[in-house]
Amino acid sequence: MSDTADRVKKIVVEHLGVEADKVTEEASFIDDLGADSLDIVELVMAFEEEFGVEIPDDAAEKISTVSDAIKYIEENKG
Amino acid sequence: MRRVVVTGLGLVTPLGADVETTWKNILASKSGAGPITKFDASDQKCQVACEVKPADHEYGFDAGKRVDHKIQRQVDPFIVFGIDAAGQAIEDAGLEDMDEATKLRAGCSIGSGIGGLPGIESESLVLANRGPGRVSPHFVHGRLINLISGQVSIKYGLKGPNHAVVTACSTGAHSIGDAARMIRDDDADIMLAGGAESTICPIGIAGFAQARALNCSYNDRPEQASRPYDKDRDGFVMGEGAGVVVLEEYEHAKARGAKIYAEVVGYGLSGDAYHVTAPDPEMDGAFRSMSAALKKAGLTPADIDYINAHGTSTMADTLELGAVRRLFGDAMANVSMSSTKSAIGHLLGGAGAVEAIFCILALRDQIVPPTLNLDNPDEGCDGVDLVPHVPRKREVRAVLNNSFGFGGTNASLIMRKVD
Repeated sequence: MSDTADRVKKIVVEHLGVEADKVTEEASFIDDLGADSLDIVELVMAFEEEFGVEIPDDAAEKISTVSDAIKYIEENKG
Repeated sequence: MRRVVVTGLGLVTPLGADVETTWKNILASKSGAGPITKFDASDQKCQVACEVKPADHEYGFDAGKRVDHKIQRQVDPFIVFGIDAAGQAIEDAGLEDMDEATKLRAGCSIGSGIGGLPGIESESLVLANRGPGRVSPHFVHGRLINLISGQVSIKYGLKGPNHAVVTACSTGAHSIGDAARMIRDDDADIMLAGGAESTICPIGIAGFAQARALNCSYNDRPEQASRPYDKDRDGFVMGEGAGVVVLEEYEHAKARGAKIYAEVVGYGLSGDAYHVTAPDPEMDGAFRSMSAALKKAGLTPADIDYINAHGTSTMADTLELGAVRRLFGDAMANVSMSSTKSAIGHLLGGAGAVEAIFCILALRDQIVPPTLNLDNPDEGCDGVDLVPHVPRKREVRAVLNNSFGFGGTNASLIMRKVD
């Protein structure tokens, strides 16, 4: 597992209060991890903070699974 | 007329994370006061508070017991305390498994005096230091006063009236009184009612200290700082926590075989129309509030055995006592009156509800809780049983609970045993 994936999963566990083994790369934030739209806004802010990336609203709207987040961060981090 | 009874209790206080622990500590004359630990208060005039203790303390509060991890992160502590106290009250009333029809007739009236001040303070700093894009998306609904009622209704599926009182330090009493009226007026059969507060944060302490309302000369002896009626009192001690009761229509409670603690028989309200923070020296508003509650209850002062005073450990203590004396006349000889703020501090918007629960427990156990630190009663306290230092076993048939708030808002509740 990549370092980015580890850090993303850690943030998701902390913010959503879910068990770590539920945070698979395929997991959907809303359908599988019980997030609502505001939780995703908060997660995106936490990813921006952790990785020093900027995730604009239109990109954030396309992030619906854990792997979407990892992929976006891997492609855009400095 | 539909009668309203109390069938469940829930408490989070500086002396316990549940009803029985808090009550046991109150009756053991313990103090919940200590040096402020939630933040570095070394530059504050007041460095004393009654904090809810952390989970690893002997009688500490474990937020994880009834509040989801995610919600704990999103909301201010007053909401966490309120959700937990409401959950306790529901469990105590045996209402964990309400059917859909019952839920449609069950509501919430849980308020707060100030709301999410610590979160407003910290997010304002985020805004100032890091810009609007870093402000939490949960900022607004994590701080709003009506979000205890909102969260509790969502958690338990309560679809009746959803209400939240904001009347400063009268909030808890108004919440219970208003909810009782909703049941009496047939808007609901069950109401979760009470109040919560948590404002022990730099701006909360500084603000009340600047208003000259907080004690400032007991920083080296925190347990002695809250001393209602004592000559050396110099301001209230800030407390935090929550109190929530289940109110229920009497026949509804009887039909399901619920345990009935007490009946809410009187509720009085008034305004001082005098000053934003100072009480009317004549305390006419308090007098009218208590009179109205007695009239509603169809009782006379001689029927009241215990008064849980507003008694904040400020100059207003003896003014309140004067109003009680004026109303009670000769009945003053029989009544016991104490301030439990001497033990748990002033819970502001939570105070009236927490103290209503102490009144209910006094009815249940036939014992009245003490006023701590009452070493030298002030002038005007002669001939009144203020229950100094230790509790007293005595007959308790009916109880009066007073709450007065900034803005000149007064509420009085009367409860009694159900025959």
